[in-house]
Amino acid sequence: MTNNPHISIQHLGVQIGNHEILKDITINIPNKKVISIIGPSGCGKTTLLKSLNRLLDDTPDIKVTGKVLVDGEDIYDPKAEVTHIRQKMGLLSQRPYPLPMSIYDNVAYGPRIHGTRKKVDLDEIVETQLKATGLWNEVKDRLHAPATRLSIGQQQRLCLARGLAVEPEIILGDESTSALDPVSTSIIEDLFIRLKEKYTIVLVTHILRQARRVSDYIIFVYMGKIIEFGPTEEVLLSPKQELTKDYVKGFIS
Amino acid sequence: MLILTALSVAIVLVIGIGLYIKSEPILSKSSWGTLLTSSQWKPLKGLFGFFPFIMGTLWVTGIAIIIALPLCLLTSFYITEYAPNRLRRILVPFVNLLSGIPPVIFGVWGVLFIIPLIQDHIAPHFVEFSTGYSVLAGGIVLAVMIFPLIVSIVCEVLNTIPQELKNASLALGATKWETIRKVSLRKAKPGIIAATVLAISRAFGETIAVLMVCGNSPDVPHSVFDAGYPLPALIANNYGEMLSIPMYDSALMFAALLLFLIILLFNIISRLVLARLERKLAL
Amino acid sequence: MIRRKIEENFFRILMVLATIVVAGSFFLIVGTIVYKGVPFMNWDMITKTPGGGFYIGKEGGVVNAIIGSLYVAGGATILGLLISIPVAIYINMYLAGRNIIANGLRIAFDVLFGIPSIVYGAFGFLIMVYFGIRASLLGGILAVTLLVIPILVRTLDEVIRTVPKELGDASLSLGATRWEMSKVIIRQIRPGVFTAILLSFGRAMGDVASVLFTAGFSDNIPTSLHQPAATLPVAIFFQLGSPVAEVQGRAYASALLLTIIVLIITVLSSVLAKRFSKNNIR
Repeated sequence: MTNNPHISIQHLGVQIGNHEILKDITINIPNKKVISIIGPSGCGKTTLLKSLNRLLDDTPDIKVTGKVLVDGEDIYDPKAEVTHIRQKMGLLSQRPYPLPMSIYDNVAYGPRIHGTRKKVDLDEIVETQLKATGLWNEVKDRLHAPATRLSIGQQQRLCLARGLAVEPEIILGDESTSALDPVSTSIIEDLFIRLKEKYTIVLVTHILRQARRVSDYIIFVYMGKIIEFGPTEEVLLSPKQELTKDYVKGFIS
Repeated sequence: MLILTALSVAIVLVIGIGLYIKSEPILSKSSWGTLLTSSQWKPLKGLFGFFPFIMGTLWVTGIAIIIALPLCLLTSFYITEYAPNRLRRILVPFVNLLSGIPPVIFGVWGVLFIIPLIQDHIAPHFVEFSTGYSVLAGGIVLAVMIFPLIVSIVCEVLNTIPQELKNASLALGATKWETIRKVSLRKAKPGIIAATVLAISRAFGETIAVLMVCGNSPDVPHSVFDAGYPLPALIANNYGEMLSIPMYDSALMFAALLLFLIILLFNIISRLVLARLERKLAL
Repeated sequence: MIRRKIEENFFRILMVLATIVVAGSFFLIVGTIVYKGVPFMNWDMITKTPGGGFYIGKEGGVVNAIIGSLYVAGGATILGLLISIPVAIYINMYLAGRNIIANGLRIAFDVLFGIPSIVYGAFGFLIMVYFGIRASLLGGILAVTLLVIPILVRTLDEVIRTVPKELGDASLSLGATRWEMSKVIIRQIRPGVFTAILLSFGRAMGDVASVLFTAGFSDNIPTSLHQPAATLPVAIFFQLGSPVAEVQGRAYASALLLTIIVLIITVLSSVLAKRFSKNNIR
């Protein structure tokens, strides 16, 4: 299944206060595929996702144990450089959060921070990424308009373009279509399928149909533990574990 | 009940009108323009130029804002973004306690601490002689008085910024400070402006603390070490002679009217800005 | 990358310094007052009136000012409450709390809230002259009442607004009478009312500009409304300006007294607010 895992999680445990959210998670995430994390609400899906780019760092009373290796390096090593790690991962949240600036500046935000200054270079990056997410034709005449004027579907695509602009290796999506209408949803789903040629994509979703449509592998998480992990069709249609069976039983359509 | 309410509100108008009426005598002698721009303040000769006092007020308030705004912004960022929870719970009450201290105490502190500080330690580097009683002293004291006002409003505004938005910036590899500078600051701008305007209008009206430390000489200040004479101090200091010199009472009422109008204006402006902000955030 | 790290650390240090300055200024101020005031503190301060003339007398204390302040602040708060409670109730109950008129009134009171005390003092003086009242306890109370009304109305209004409408409806639907419903609501807002009272009392005690021309000054404790009254902040102000060292010392001690009184009031009001709201609905 995995020759050279991009992300390797080893005995990861996350505790907030007295509440153990993730317990002893060990799994290798395959390279350049789409992996969906499914499971009932509150069981740790989002926490697992956020632990991959260390966005949990600022949560009060948090304790993280174990290792998360990306390209062989443990991102939780005290000497690791957080901003560098985060640059490797693009994040798409549940609701689009365009930065309070123009469309152009949104996409250029990441590259600017990491040192790209020349207008020529930035122009090229903005155009490339907006084209990659299918937004270019819709916004090319108003690149300097505030990003908040876009529709929600467009905003989410903008956030994707923004994330791609820093040249990540991995894309993380946290129920990223749940705020969108069906048309925008399917545009984003198609994007994920196309993008897996270049990026490893990890998604959290509670829509099983979406998981089936988009992903190559599925991880089923329940009460902070990984119950089952395997190729999509296998987990959804012929699950091996009881808990998994219970969760997906209504699905077969 | 209705009558009481109507009466209370009417007070705004009544105050304005009352002050205006009492200022009539002096307004009939000289125009608004002369009164506001002339620097001659010789009550015994009937000359009332308010320019030095307006400048005094501006100097003191300006210094106060220049000192307070950066300090308070930095403090608010620290409290909302960096401080651990336990520290936050201790810090916030102490900043708020500042707002409970009566102005006259600030004045006493100014006399005991700030004046010697300026006279002995700061001024000698810059000017030949200074008593320490200066607009700088007034500005410093005022700045400390408006700390809690600015900090509480800016913290409140910063707390309304959704964590997910900040996460979006962090996820792109930005540092916390870069996120504050490029994202939080932009989103909080209207609130910060409103807080500043509110703080300015508070500073304009502060009477006793400034009066005790700013020197009270009716000349236009030309440097931070010069003495100044803000409008409220003018009124407070001379109420005794008000009735004995002709037209003096009218002049002082005019000063009060000026103050009233300026503060009214600032209040309305900040209210408009805040209303705009609320509408924007609601979108 | 290193440049960005240095930038982050630099500003982080700056932020900590700024916070120390801002939060620490409280300690600096209180500390200075305590340091200078304690040497001059003695029982005479709070039990005797100034002996030998206020400005130059070397003996005595400031009990005249303390009592004067209590009278003025107390009178103003009571008078203010009498006016503000009906107003706050009117805005919320009769105007249904949300329409244009109610909000217009709220804005008007917010404006009044922002007016500096010197303007109230000047205006109070005008009224006194108009009615022929001399600088006295009465004058002081009048002016401070004007100052205090916006504070009370604003605080009371906020408190009443936090009572959810459902609370009243719920008790009515259980068959309670209007009076019993009001009791429930009054209980809910009790801590808020205390806070409002304490807040305005503290403000009234500490303010100078409103009483400067209106309350006059005296070495004695006022025995009637028409006598001039000394107030603690004004006393501090005058004493500080005296050439006599002992009188200056009295100023520091008076400042210490005033600080202690007002700080106690402030702390009390926030403690009370928290204590009482434990039983209330948030």
